[in-house]
Amino acid sequence: MHEPLTTVSSSRLVLPQPNIDTDQIIPARFLTTTTRHGLGAHAFADWRDTPPLDDPRAADCAVLVAGDNFGCGSSREHAAWALHDFGIRAVISTTIADIFRANAIQNGIVPIEVAPKTHAALLARPWEPVELDLPSRRIRFDGAEIEFTIDAFGAHCLAHGLDTLDYLLSQSNDITAFEAARA
Amino acid sequence: MNEPRTLFDKIWDRHVVQAETDERPALLYVDLHLVHEVTSPQAFRTLRGRNLRVRRPDRTLATIDHSVPTTVADEHGTWPGLSAAASKQIEELRDNCRTFGVPLRDSTDDRGIVHVIGPESGATQPGMTIVCGDSHTSTHGAFGALAFGIGSTEVSHVLATQCLLQRKPRSMAVELVGTPAPGVTAKDLILAVIGRLGVDGGTGHVIEYRGDAVTRLDMAGRMTLCNMSIEAGARAGLVAPDATTFEYLRGRPRAPANGDWEHAVRDWSELPTDAGARFDATVTVDVGNLTPQITYGTNPGMVMPIEANVPNRSEDGDALEYMQLEPNAPLLGRPIDVAFVGSCTNGRIEDLRSAAAVLRGHRIRDSVRMLVVPGSHAVKAAAEREGLADVFVAAGAEWREPGCSMCIAMNGDVVGKGQLAISTSNRNFRGRQGPGSRTLLASPATVAASAIEGAVADPRDFATTETIDA
Repeated sequence: MHEPLTTVSSSRLVLPQPNIDTDQIIPARFLTTTTRHGLGAHAFADWRDTPPLDDPRAADCAVLVAGDNFGCGSSREHAAWALHDFGIRAVISTTIADIFRANAIQNGIVPIEVAPKTHAALLARPWEPVELDLPSRRIRFDGAEIEFTIDAFGAHCLAHGLDTLDYLLSQSNDITAFEAARA
Repeated sequence: MNEPRTLFDKIWDRHVVQAETDERPALLYVDLHLVHEVTSPQAFRTLRGRNLRVRRPDRTLATIDHSVPTTVADEHGTWPGLSAAASKQIEELRDNCRTFGVPLRDSTDDRGIVHVIGPESGATQPGMTIVCGDSHTSTHGAFGALAFGIGSTEVSHVLATQCLLQRKPRSMAVELVGTPAPGVTAKDLILAVIGRLGVDGGTGHVIEYRGDAVTRLDMAGRMTLCNMSIEAGARAGLVAPDATTFEYLRGRPRAPANGDWEHAVRDWSELPTDAGARFDATVTVDVGNLTPQITYGTNPGMVMPIEANVPNRSEDGDALEYMQLEPNAPLLGRPIDVAFVGSCTNGRIEDLRSAAAVLRGHRIRDSVRMLVVPGSHAVKAAAEREGLADVFVAAGAEWREPGCSMCIAMNGDVVGKGQLAISTSNRNFRGRQGPGSRTLLASPATVAASAIEGAVADPRDFATTETIDA
């Protein structure tokens, strides 16, 4: 369950490295927790002493612009919990790995895939502002406005802070009928 | 005449509770839900917070594998020196399984890596949908099951409803053509495939591995192949079920028995992809001239033939700097500190036989620490029965209790800062095997050969009397 999210406006945290895996986002040694809370302190734990994460401005960024193929590797939802707790509400890359993308949507982080040219422009100007408008599927930055696509159901859940478990539970008649038909 | 369908289409169609629309993903039924201690506590907390039950405990199977030490447990099922956090995580799973009636493979002779015990108990069967809060769930695709990793929120969905909301991924055929030479294993095949696809080449897709080089693999090899599908970005990998699959399953505790067996085999035989079925993408990889493969960089796509020189690729960023490797230099002969045989990729009895065939009659270099970690207690017992454990111990390796161990380095089995490990696991990410660790991924035979030499070595230089095809 997360807060409804329709717009985000912040300076951009730029991590240009391609293929940032979930072991970088949150190393496995922090996975012995049994709750979803407090993982922001460990986000990018092994990158915190180097630029740009050693810069105090990083703590104020709600938009992460990352190199190609962000979030690959492990399915650990701790990666999304850590980023959200760190303050991130949108991740922009050219491609975002499947499991991380699903985890982001469940946790109030908008996964945004953009074309290489847009991506290059976003990467080029760290700390500059980015505005996200989810209902109109647009991002605005450096005077440009770009439309992006996102799964309609995911966007709906993000915008309304919906918990998909409620929806699934409400379908129990169909699930029971399916089980009965297969038995 | 029905439209020809792929294996993936057929499994998908059998599990659609509600079809997908533009507004809403499909509601997909899950046949088998595997659970472990690291990604489930938050999901069980959701159920407790809402006073929900586990809908189908009979379709749920839990084990303890990630944070568990690979030393022998005491009579209370715990370990001296276990961190308070890991101990709490293990106890919380035990309590959740008791409370919600979920079967737990826990006792000291029953545990194992979730992706090893599912298949060996016969719980993993063709045509099933299988999920787990673990990206290497793709392993089970070796049986012609649609199996993929999910996050913990989705774990709560499956616990409570036995269903997931899913968009249907695209399909990709990976055709392996040619006959691999002796000494080239399933691990070498999949590393070559990942090298070809890149670490995001499979994103958004379910892969079906096809071709004679695939069908000739035993089930262990097929599991190694499907296991690393996620390292190419694909959530799932599939191999069509055939006589090899059925022979593996026959007589296993959870496999269909007696009259049900014939019926199941008839049903499973209808699953393979129809002639003329369309894939969204097709990639052909010639494995006829393949040699043993090894990674040199910081993701599994940065891979090369073992006899090659490290490439000089600008897109790899500072990966070589992290790895402390020079471009255009060979890896063969480079000293290693640690050798690891184990994990859901290569922790099965066939993998241990392959490593033991190389090690028999040899000692590992004094400078090398070698860990051999069986994938399950059944694997451990078989290895001890067959004398493999004696080979490992005689060679100077540490013979351990089952678990994920040094693959994810959560349990105290870590590669030290700056150390170079050669490992049969699946990820060479920065710090994966411990902060500052450096990892070379390779087959069990290559890891064993390198442990003997104390440096990266070609397993083909170690003549074995047994086949080392895994």
